[in-house]
Amino acid sequence: MTEAGYNFGYLDENTKRMIRRALLQAVALPGYQVPFGSREMPLPYGWGTGGIQVTASIIGADDTLKVIDQGADDTTNAVSIRRFFNRVTGVATTDRTAEATIIQTRHRVPEMTLREGQVLVYQVPMPEPLFRLEPRVAETKRMHALADYGLMHVKLYEDIARHGAVTTSYNYPVLVNRRYLMSPSPIPAFDNPKLDRMPALQLFGAGREKRIYAVPPYTEVKSLDFEDHPFKPARADAACVICGSRASYLDELIVDDGGKRHFVCSDTDYCASRPPLQEAAE
Amino acid sequence: MISAGFADPAQDSQRSFRAVLEAISRPGRIFALPPLAEPPAPLRGALASVLLTLADADTPVWLDAAAPLDWLRFHCGCPVVAQPGAARFVVATGAMPALAGLARGTEEEPHLAATLLLQVASLRAGEGWRLTGPGIEREHRLAVAGLPADFLAQWAANAAGFPRGVDIVLCAGDSLACLPRTVRIEEAG
Amino acid sequence: MYVAVKGGERAIGNAHAWLDEARRGDPALPELSVEQVEQQLGLAVDRVMAEGSCYDRGLAALAVKQARGDLIEAAFLLRAYRTTLARFGSSEPVETGAMRIQRRISATYKDLPGGQVLGPTFDYTHRLLDFALAAEREAVPPAPEAPADPAPMPRVTELLAREGLMRRDATDDAEPPDLTRDPPSFPVPRAAWLQALARGDEGFLLGLGYSTQRGYGNSHPFAGEIRMGEVTVEFTPPELGFAIELGEVVLTECQMVNQFAGSKSEPPQFTRGYGLVFGHGERKAMAMALVDRGLRSAELGEPTDAPAQSQEFVLYHCDNVEATGFVEHLKLPHYVDFQSELEKVRALRREAGR
Repeated sequence: MTEAGYNFGYLDENTKRMIRRALLQAVALPGYQVPFGSREMPLPYGWGTGGIQVTASIIGADDTLKVIDQGADDTTNAVSIRRFFNRVTGVATTDRTAEATIIQTRHRVPEMTLREGQVLVYQVPMPEPLFRLEPRVAETKRMHALADYGLMHVKLYEDIARHGAVTTSYNYPVLVNRRYLMSPSPIPAFDNPKLDRMPALQLFGAGREKRIYAVPPYTEVKSLDFEDHPFKPARADAACVICGSRASYLDELIVDDGGKRHFVCSDTDYCASRPPLQEAAE
Repeated sequence: MISAGFADPAQDSQRSFRAVLEAISRPGRIFALPPLAEPPAPLRGALASVLLTLADADTPVWLDAAAPLDWLRFHCGCPVVAQPGAARFVVATGAMPALAGLARGTEEEPHLAATLLLQVASLRAGEGWRLTGPGIEREHRLAVAGLPADFLAQWAANAAGFPRGVDIVLCAGDSLACLPRTVRIEEAG
Repeated sequence: MYVAVKGGERAIGNAHAWLDEARRGDPALPELSVEQVEQQLGLAVDRVMAEGSCYDRGLAALAVKQARGDLIEAAFLLRAYRTTLARFGSSEPVETGAMRIQRRISATYKDLPGGQVLGPTFDYTHRLLDFALAAEREAVPPAPEAPADPAPMPRVTELLAREGLMRRDATDDAEPPDLTRDPPSFPVPRAAWLQALARGDEGFLLGLGYSTQRGYGNSHPFAGEIRMGEVTVEFTPPELGFAIELGEVVLTECQMVNQFAGSKSEPPQFTRGYGLVFGHGERKAMAMALVDRGLRSAELGEPTDAPAQSQEFVLYHCDNVEATGFVEHLKLPHYVDFQSELEKVRALRREAGR
């Protein structure tokens, strides 16, 4: 059952075709930002309108959709987007990473290794990795054409000179297929290695900025670094209080007025699929 | 009399698109499309489905056969152009137009490139060319019957211009495989 | 146990119910009708039509009511509706020279053909709260009316152009680009930035226009003319081949006149900045005209270093639906990124402490 008066997936077929053409170009140009005629969606810019338009253009009746925000299926915006697709497509939804054919995400990559046949759709607020260094789009376009990424290397180098380490901890820039500098979206740098040679297709949608880009499966995605300062993904040095994981990315919770901290898995499905710790273990 | 297009445009075009998306994401792997009831000759099912899925008033199309023109205009509403170099989708059912003559985008806007929809005699997996590049874990094998003798030389020139370049959708019957401009092709050996 | 985000679905449902109750306000009071909003908050409706880029007073009034008077939210509602509408084609260009004038003033001539018509303006009201409005009133006596002057009201800029003093703007019959369908590729033509400004946020354009008056963009503007009234909208269906009348819309047009020192190939003359908005939106039309003139600086060989002279700066930031989305999205959860920043800052401090 889908919402009366709206096409399957909300978007009209012309819009879907336009987005589909952009997606095919994006896959053929790994990491390159394809401009597209982003539509005004019934959810606000910044809430995932780019990811929603990408998902709406690829989703079909046979798909199973999972939506996460901050790694969790039950965050309010993830709930809202899942409900939106339920209303306008009627497709099955799931919390289980393994069961999903399309996973739309904001700010995380699932802990579980994704497989062929799955598509990971990222919501992207600012697709241009160079925007803090050069806000003019006409200029960054030229830099991408020339693969002139000196500005970014200088920025990272200055970080190291001043602080002994790169200060960027999320939205850490990557080089895709040794050609295009790309924003992996604001995922923690911890997640960057998962993008490299991932068997699943990765699609990125930026609605307000009107850009789509992609990383095909098994494609090299390298976090920028220097030989003497290799890229180091970081996580809190703690264990999840629910499942005990010391491998997953953790959320930090303040649990009392004294500032006592607990850590739990950010990926709720990963956490739920592991045997819980005994009460005493805490 | 113009033959039918998709029976259920929203669902059928979604299925076809996902096949094309998977195909361009995994170069050289062969994907079957849902059969189309009456593709207009000389177009076979896969090529006709790709046009129904991707072509519209915003995409100039060049076609090497006159017979399907009415069908194309009726179902897709696309402008038909006289020169392959002016087309967003270049459709060839016979001899392949020279890749160098097609729109390849610019260094700043490489996405303004043409896609060649090429109907070939047959596609076979597991033999023939060795393909490597993005989308391919180790290598894919693909044998294509019905390409010009100098295809690999043309392809190498196309790939060398990256990010500018043409992508190819190879169609045979109801199946297709894609060659995005990133894929490297080596002769079987 | 981690409960902060559990039950999201129920929380959203409850929030919506509360929103609905808050919108209604005290149920002992009569509910505001959409017609009342349309009739009595007409300038709010006009602004929502302009920034929602959809001319429908009833829908705009509904949006104002649904948005509880938040006009940016209302413009967003209208745009999200507009984007789902089928497009049958584009109207013929409207002829503002043939406008049925409700208001027409020029700051550059004491008198001119057609005269000065003040119309329904706040301009000379004394801003004293009118406590009579706080009470229910008897019927408002109708304003005095004079017979309409049948004389044509030529645009002031036309009068200057006849004398050769107004720079002729390049006319272009090319189909104007549509920013709502195709992403801009900079530099964009004037038609594209005029579209963006016409939909743009009144407050943003006001501030930006103001900045050009204060030295950020060196303009010397005169309000050559401001006119507001109804114009006829015509459409040519392809199957008919001739234009038919669809109806009328109220527009506000502003032509700002600026001096131009001339160049090697052109004598000194005046140039114009142009503003046109749906409804009665005088502040917006004037600000738009100032910013339009600012954006023309490149074409006129002037410096382009002020904010109002930068196409990218103006076009990327004038849209309030885009701006409000990105500013307000900061309230969505960001704890994953914040966590990575926490770890990073702790690590940097450890490093620095060594």
